[in-house]
Parts: sequence; structure tokens; C-alpha cells
Amino acid sequence: MQKRKLEIMDQHILLFGATKDIIGSSIYSINDSFKTVGELREHLYKQFPSLEKLNSLMIAVNMNYAEDLLELKAGDEIALIPPVSGG
Amino acid sequence: MDFNKEKYNRQLLLIGFGEEAQQKLLNSSVLVVGAGGLGVPVLQYLTGMGVGKIGIIDKDLISESNLHRQVLYSVADVGKSKVQVATERLHALNPDVELLPFNDHLRVENALLLISLFDVVVDCTDNFQTRYLINDACVVLNKPFVYGAIHQYEGQISVFNYQASATYRCLFPSAPENGLVADCNANGVLGVLPGIVGCYQANEVVKILTGTGEVLFNKMLVINILDNSHLIFNFQAKKENQNITELKPDDYQSLCSSFILNNITPVELTERLVLEPGIQLVDVREEFELEICKIDRAVHIPLREITLRINELNSEQPVVLICHHGIRSRHAAEDLMSKGFSKVYNLTGGIDRWAREVDDSMQLY
Repeated sequence: MQKRKLEIMDQHILLFGATKDIIGSSIYSINDSFKTVGELREHLYKQFPSLEKLNSLMIAVNMNYAEDLLELKAGDEIALIPPVSGG
Repeated sequence: MDFNKEKYNRQLLLIGFGEEAQQKLLNSSVLVVGAGGLGVPVLQYLTGMGVGKIGIIDKDLISESNLHRQVLYSVADVGKSKVQVATERLHALNPDVELLPFNDHLRVENALLLISLFDVVVDCTDNFQTRYLINDACVVLNKPFVYGAIHQYEGQISVFNYQASATYRCLFPSAPENGLVADCNANGVLGVLPGIVGCYQANEVVKILTGTGEVLFNKMLVINILDNSHLIFNFQAKKENQNITELKPDDYQSLCSSFILNNITPVELTERLVLEPGIQLVDVREEFELEICKIDRAVHIPLREITLRINELNSEQPVVLICHHGIRSRHAAEDLMSKGFSKVYNLTGGIDRWAREVDDSMQLY
């Protein structure tokens, strides 16, 4: 029930790997609403062009790999996970 | 069951493991690609636990800046080959394990043959081009591989291509553009992180080989050692990535040229110079700067002439680029890599740091 009330609040996106370095924090908050993962991806690429140059940027919704066509709902947990190379 | 029961006693006692699982480990073979931060704990535990045959491939030499995280090596080993020292130490730990050292890089030319000799591959590399090569070779040969990678305080662990599960390309279809994702050499790493991630990798290897527990396939564990978060993300196989039937040499080449710019410190360079007489030093500063100070054996090619005079250099041998503080030489290094040089090093801090750390008779400016 609590979640319903959160609909109008900011959406927080958890950042991992180089997305943290590119965006400059570990959480990115947006207050726009996006219908699909693809729309969110486009927004992120426009705001932070370096994200697109990662070539592979997994967007996870509720801990699952999300295809661009997936529709977003209020309260979804979103994370950006790029490949990392260190060893 | 013909093995040393005392040696593996604590695993034999363990409910859910026992003799049968131990025998499976002893009958198995694992190829560990990379004997650095991730490779060291993987090798130590797999050797201790009694995997029958372990291949180790790496071409690096041990440097002082490795020791904080690659704790199999010691100060006296600096400058020696990683696979050679690792093989000696691991043999001392468990002489029952057959160790197969390969003092080489995993390359398009050797990947399929090498990987075909082992049951499981462990990706302990530090660059994207080898990660994609491992993925593709494992898909071609239908071998599972255990992936581990680190970035600052984060680690990623997963098992790919296990019983038709998702592959690395299902999660990350292609590598990032040049320079966007820095490696440990450029970005720094806390000593314990590769130790933790490597232990997770070794654990997955043991589960795959013995059938114990749940293997981490179609899932990626992402850990952060600053807040101790452990998150598991789920994903699925994509048919197009499972249908690879041959390697794509151009793919790894282009990545290779973008990703193998290594940094070398003055102290590390002095070690390399002793061991590798063929190493080429190139000073890209201007004439008047060389008049102030220079390293005698370095050839002089100013930055603006580097691509014109590329024929003066041997692309097969390592090249170390030198300038005043390490900025111009970085550009020169990138120029050489774009022309197909693969063993390119940038002297970190330039001749200024060289003068401070290695040759105090040198005049600073």
C-alpha cells in the first residue's frame, strides 16, 4: 500500500561500475516518468552521452535484465550495470 | 576412492560434499586465465582443494605494485614470471595437483586448443578483449566459464555458458569504447577486493565440477565492499549469442588495440629493462628538453613525428613511451596502438618521476 503513494516521488536509479563515474554519484534521481525502459535509456544517453559509449549497458528492473520494450511502473527498482574489466 | 584422505579430511567430513565430490574434483581440469589479482586466490584455493589438473596462462611479470593484492608472490619475486612463480608455490601447496603453466597471452591462435583441454575456464583477466575471446571460445567449444571482474570497490561474478545458459554477450553484447572503463592499473584497487571476488569464482568452479549447491548461471552477483551490498541480477540466454561457431579475430584485435595501453612506473621499467633487452624506449619530448636530461638508451622521436617515423620501431617488441610528465607520451602510445602496436607502455609520471625515483643525478625542469 505504501508503494502506491510513492508514485509521484522521484525515481531513484542505482548506479554501478563506470556509470557511477560518468554520472558522478551512486544514485541518480529523476522526476520525469518514462513509459518504457527504452525511453529511460534514451533520456540517460541524452543526459550523459558517455553512457552510450559503454556500448553495453544493462538496465535492470526489479533485479531482472530489462529489454527496452518493458513498460515501467511506479515503484520499480531500477539499476544501471555496465561491464567492468578489472582483474 | 584412492586419494589422500587426511589431506582433504575437512571436505570429506562436510555433509553435502564428501568423498564422491572430492573424487570429482580430483578427476577434473580447470584453466585459469590470468594469474593476477583474481587468478591468485582462484589458483590457491583450487590447488589446495585438490582439483586434478590446473592450467595457468599469463605472460605478465610480477611487479612491486602487484603484491598488495597478489599475495602468492613476494618481494623477492619482483621481475619474475607470474606463471613460473605461481607454479612453484602451488606445487609446494599441493604436489598432487598437475599444474600446466603457459607463459603466454590467451590469443586467437591458441585459445581454442588450450580451452579444449579443460573442463572449466576461469576468467581472471583484466581486459575486455580477452574476456570476449574467452566467451567466444567457450561458446564454440561448449565449455562453461566462471567470470569475475572488479571496478573500484565493486565486483561482478557470474557463470556463463553453463548447460546452455546465457553467455557474456547476452549480458554485455560488446565492449565499451576505448578509455571509458579504466582498469586496476589506472584506477586503483583495494587489495582485498580481488581476493573476495576470486574466492567467489573458485566456489562456483567447485560447484560446477562436483554438482554441489546452485551454480550462479543466468544470474550475476554484484558486490560492493564499502556498504557490503550483495545483489543478484537475473538475465536470460539469447539464441544469437549461443550460435557462435568460430572466433572473430577482428573483434578482439580492434579491442586489443584500444585496451592494452599499460602504465609502467620508473621502478618497474628498470626491472623490465634487465629482463627484456628488446624493449624499446621512445622519448617523445622536444630537442631542447632532451638537452636538459635524457635516458641514454631511449630513441628520440618527437610526438608530432611519431606516426611518420613509425617504421623505426618494431611492433613485435614492447615499446615504452616517455615524455616530461606522462601526458604527451600517452598520446604517442595511443597513436602507436591505433597503428597496430600491441605491447605499448606509458611511463607514468614521465622523466620527471624517473629522475625522482630512479636516477637522482638527473636534472629536473
